[in-house]
Amino acid sequence: MRYSDNLHVKQKGIKMKQFIAFVNKEFRHIIRDNRTLLIIIGMPIVEILLFGFAINMEVQNITVAFYDPSPDAITTGITERIKENSYFNNQGNMPSVAKMEEAMQKGDLDLAVVFQQNFQEDLVQTGNAAVQLLANSSDPNRGSISATYATAIIAGYQQEQMELMHIPFQIQTENRMIYNPQMKSSYMFVPGIMGLVLMIICTIMTSVSIVREKERGTMEVLLASPLKQGTMIFAKTIPYMVISFIDFIIILLLSYFVLGVPINGSLLLLFLVALIYISLTLTYGLTISTLVDKQMNAVIFSAITAMIPVLMLSGMIFPVGNMPVVLQAFSAIVPARWFIDAVRKVMIQGQGLFMIWKEVLIMIGMTIFLLGVTIAKTKKRLE
Amino acid sequence: MTNKVIEVSNLTKKFGSFTAVNHITFDVKEGEIFGFLGANGAGKTTAMQMLCGISMPTSGEGTVAGYDIIKENELIKRNIGYMSQKFSLYEDLKVWENIRLFGGIYGLSNKVIAEKTDALLKQLNFAEERNTLVKYLPLGWKQKLAFSVAIFHEPKIVFLDEPTGGVDPAMRRRFWEMIYDASERGITVFVTTHYMDESEYCNRVSIMVDGRIEALDTPAALRHQFNADTMDEVFRQLARKAERD
Repeated sequence: MRYSDNLHVKQKGIKMKQFIAFVNKEFRHIIRDNRTLLIIIGMPIVEILLFGFAINMEVQNITVAFYDPSPDAITTGITERIKENSYFNNQGNMPSVAKMEEAMQKGDLDLAVVFQQNFQEDLVQTGNAAVQLLANSSDPNRGSISATYATAIIAGYQQEQMELMHIPFQIQTENRMIYNPQMKSSYMFVPGIMGLVLMIICTIMTSVSIVREKERGTMEVLLASPLKQGTMIFAKTIPYMVISFIDFIIILLLSYFVLGVPINGSLLLLFLVALIYISLTLTYGLTISTLVDKQMNAVIFSAITAMIPVLMLSGMIFPVGNMPVVLQAFSAIVPARWFIDAVRKVMIQGQGLFMIWKEVLIMIGMTIFLLGVTIAKTKKRLE
Repeated sequence: MTNKVIEVSNLTKKFGSFTAVNHITFDVKEGEIFGFLGANGAGKTTAMQMLCGISMPTSGEGTVAGYDIIKENELIKRNIGYMSQKFSLYEDLKVWENIRLFGGIYGLSNKVIAEKTDALLKQLNFAEERNTLVKYLPLGWKQKLAFSVAIFHEPKIVFLDEPTGGVDPAMRRRFWEMIYDASERGITVFVTTHYMDESEYCNRVSIMVDGRIEALDTPAALRHQFNADTMDEVFRQLARKAERD
């Protein structure tokens, strides 16, 4: 009796058998490919460490110099305050404003503090004295932040002096940074890195692994076999789903223990959000694989439509609220934006499912839409 | 009279305005080695893909292994083996892993797979290469392995698309010995080739020109019909008619 005749009898177990055989094969492909394996495990570690230590979004090490034509108690007090602040790197007093400009042009100076003549005298007599802050704004961000820091220090000093001098009126402003009191940028980018890494693994690697079968000709053999396309595609996604969760856990552990980012919300909810996002990005990878035939095209297509929007439009680096309205609208179709929002809310702000239902529903909606496109585009037989 | 395992009539495949396969009608008998010849672009691969249930015919009808090629292509797939023009095994998997994968896809039990793998590797003198990654095998070995994998599940018919492309003559002879072995075991062999000497090994040969079958008979009868000494000459006479590039 032929085995092929046997097959008619034993149809029930065949799908499971095919599925297991195929998942097994996919894992072996990944394990054999050392470079890819290194990338998928190393990438989250490198990115967390890179963003955590090297790419610091805070402005630090601001070089500052002072011009003080008539030193007195108050100007000295302000100068001392700025000097002792850890964000500033003191270059000392300079003999003229011209010298300061020169240093600024050379790039040696970020901020110049220029006091007026007879500062204390004027302040006591008229209640008014001027100090000018010249910030090197060739890097506009650094320039404005440097000036803001110095302004805050001067305002703080002035406040103290007013109290000491018993001047009856005082203006009190209090800025409190909620959720991120130290203004740590790691709170911002950890969810962003999660969004990016999961996107790279799920979308790029899944689409490439399917397109590779087309390019190498093995897809033809699979199509001529009794393996159903649905079984094959589902089996393809399993290893990447497993790897995604491993990376997600690596990022969580690193950010918690190394960067000190808290996990204020429910861990279970965080994993649920990750699961939804992973399903979404895997589905997008499948969609791409139905649109292109070459591995190179799959990489380029995923990079342009998945990675760049994550970096630019998801709010990972540039806050969505600061974007022009057109880009804000565009960012709404970037899956990572909703994932990053949801992770920030759960992880940093400790909110529950009721506060992220919108993000969750949008991601589920996107998954269903892409799944529909994929099924419609999947060719049952070669054209 | 033996059974017909492939029977098609007026099978046609169009891609837009281009007719790749133009109303072909033929049949293949059980156990036969059927040579499917034609220049590059004559429509061999497309015709073969329709028979394997990979490609949907534009018109025409037929059966393969007793199943309708339009309605029952999933049943056909269970009863055939297929070896594509491109090398069809996974280079980054070991020899035994490739065998197990395809055994699993055809639904064989682990026990059957293990037994048959041992027997196969012994028969091919491959026992030492069991754990070798396929990419490290010489091309001739790879093709022998690909053929063995294509018939591992004992299909009724095996389709071979240019199986000996790029292999030296000695290796091609050994490959044909394997084809004869399979045929003796009752597996029908449907093979495309552009090596004319190989067409002499076939029981019957069809020659496609511009999407149509221009000649179909035993090699001896074709030589007689075209008054030629070799199949090569027969082929050249027919190929001259071709209008496609």
